[in-house]
Amino acid sequence: MGNILEMLQNGFARNFITEDRYLFIVNGFFTTIQITFFAVLLGICVGFLIAMIRATHDMTGKLKIPNYICKLYLTLIRGTPTVVQLLMLNFIVFASMNNKIMVAILAFGINSGAYVAEIVRSGIMSIDKGQMEAGRSLGFHYIQSMFYIVLPQAFKNVLPALGNEMIVLLKETAISGYIAIQDLTKGGDIIRSRTYDAYFPLLTVAAIYLMIVMIMTYFVNRLERRLRNSDH
Amino acid sequence: MTTESLIRVEHLGKKFGEMKALSDINTEIKKGEVVVVIGPSGSGKSTFLRCLNLLEVPTEGKIFFENVDITDKKADINRHRQKMGMVFQHFNLFPHMTILKNMIIAPMKLQKKSEKEATDIAMELLKRVGLEDRANAYPSQLSGGQKQRIAIVRALCMQPDVMLFDEPTSALDPEMVGEVLEVMKGLAKENMTMVVVTHEMGFAKEVATRVMFMADGKQVEEGTPKEIFESPKSQRLKTFLAKVLF
Ligand SMILES: Nc1ncnc2c1ncn2[C@@H]1O[C@H](COP(=O)(O)OP(=O)(O)OP(=O)(O)O)[C@@H](O)[C@H]1O
Ligand SMILES: [Mg+2]
Repeated sequence: MGNILEMLQNGFARNFITEDRYLFIVNGFFTTIQITFFAVLLGICVGFLIAMIRATHDMTGKLKIPNYICKLYLTLIRGTPTVVQLLMLNFIVFASMNNKIMVAILAFGINSGAYVAEIVRSGIMSIDKGQMEAGRSLGFHYIQSMFYIVLPQAFKNVLPALGNEMIVLLKETAISGYIAIQDLTKGGDIIRSRTYDAYFPLLTVAAIYLMIVMIMTYFVNRLERRLRNSDH
Repeated sequence: MTTESLIRVEHLGKKFGEMKALSDINTEIKKGEVVVVIGPSGSGKSTFLRCLNLLEVPTEGKIFFENVDITDKKADINRHRQKMGMVFQHFNLFPHMTILKNMIIAPMKLQKKSEKEATDIAMELLKRVGLEDRANAYPSQLSGGQKQRIAIVRALCMQPDVMLFDEPTSALDPEMVGEVLEVMKGLAKENMTMVVVTHEMGFAKEVATRVMFMADGKQVEEGTPKEIFESPKSQRLKTFLAKVLF
């Protein structure tokens, strides 16, 4: 018994205290959060824009060329691995950019945008077309009707799905190490490579991800319940 | 009563793909008129009404509203629509807004009215239809008849020059039809110009200044309620009336 405790104590000290190794975890955590946060924002902006273009095309037949470009984008993003997209953005598109975190935000944001777009589009298409017509008949033009009337309702319907997409995105950022970013995962792995101890750093990293995901899930569920309770 | 022309329809036609939903409709609607459009299902009544505010884009002909050709590509249809209220069969209230918000959003955003100004107008109208105590309710908390009365006053908040109704009572339980028709009769009394698609023949007889009978996308007969109901000329209208009046 005393032996195990001592082992744990030693392990903890070696993996986190010596040479301030806990900083790999702490800094990595903030890097992961930073990438996730801005990528989610970018993903939502890109996603809404694409969803609007696609839904407008579906409903009115207009915007043929923009819709074609959007479809191409969706096909490319959803048809290739995220890691490959990240590597391409880093070594081909932004080869000269030093700010790796910015590259990661762009890569994950553009990637997430494709999934957000299809979620939001399905939300827009699920709103009765009488809503748009009522807006238009009052004198709102198309974009105004979209913003004041259709999108708020669509957004409400797809909030849970969007929440899930954010959780997926958080976990995807674990591949940031591929372009030499010290995110949470990479931070844990660096400790492992110095201490030759896989258990402590990796279990800690996993536990932190799990915690963030559980917190996010909690809020998504709460939101979902609140939306279900108010049927207006 | 003035005889100023409000809407003039010239050779209006509408095709959905190959299907001709409307052909060669010609009519003129003057200020203060109540035109009731009747006809069998699928005859093009809704399509006609929706062409008047360009919710359906005509494939042929012209529509003049207050002497402006609104089918012209250069016409600012959104501005003209502000003057043409529309009431739908399924109400189409905005479910995510309170009743009051439903009513004031368009005046505030489109006519740049202050919230207070728009609210004053809205509350006045709510009082008229006896629903001022529901201002802060959501549409889902209202009965069908109440929803439709709100839909009417929502359109009225924009102070339109004409009101278009597409079967406003068809989705209602029978006991709620009366309350909606009452509101519409009140409007007619105040000389609101109205175009009403309806199956309520009683309303047509009592309120219409003119009745238009449509069949197969054509305007078959037009006249005063007396002419249409008491001395129909065409066989189609006679058959139709026999069916709806028993
Ligand atoms: N968006 C559309 N696309 C294709 N066809 C349509 C469309 N809207 C209407 N139609 C067709 O046009 C014809 C006229 O329809 P419309 O809705 O104007 O008839 P209506 O007289 O209003 O009928 P009802 O009394 O059933 O409401 C019908 O044959 C209908 O199927
Ligand atoms: Mg109809």
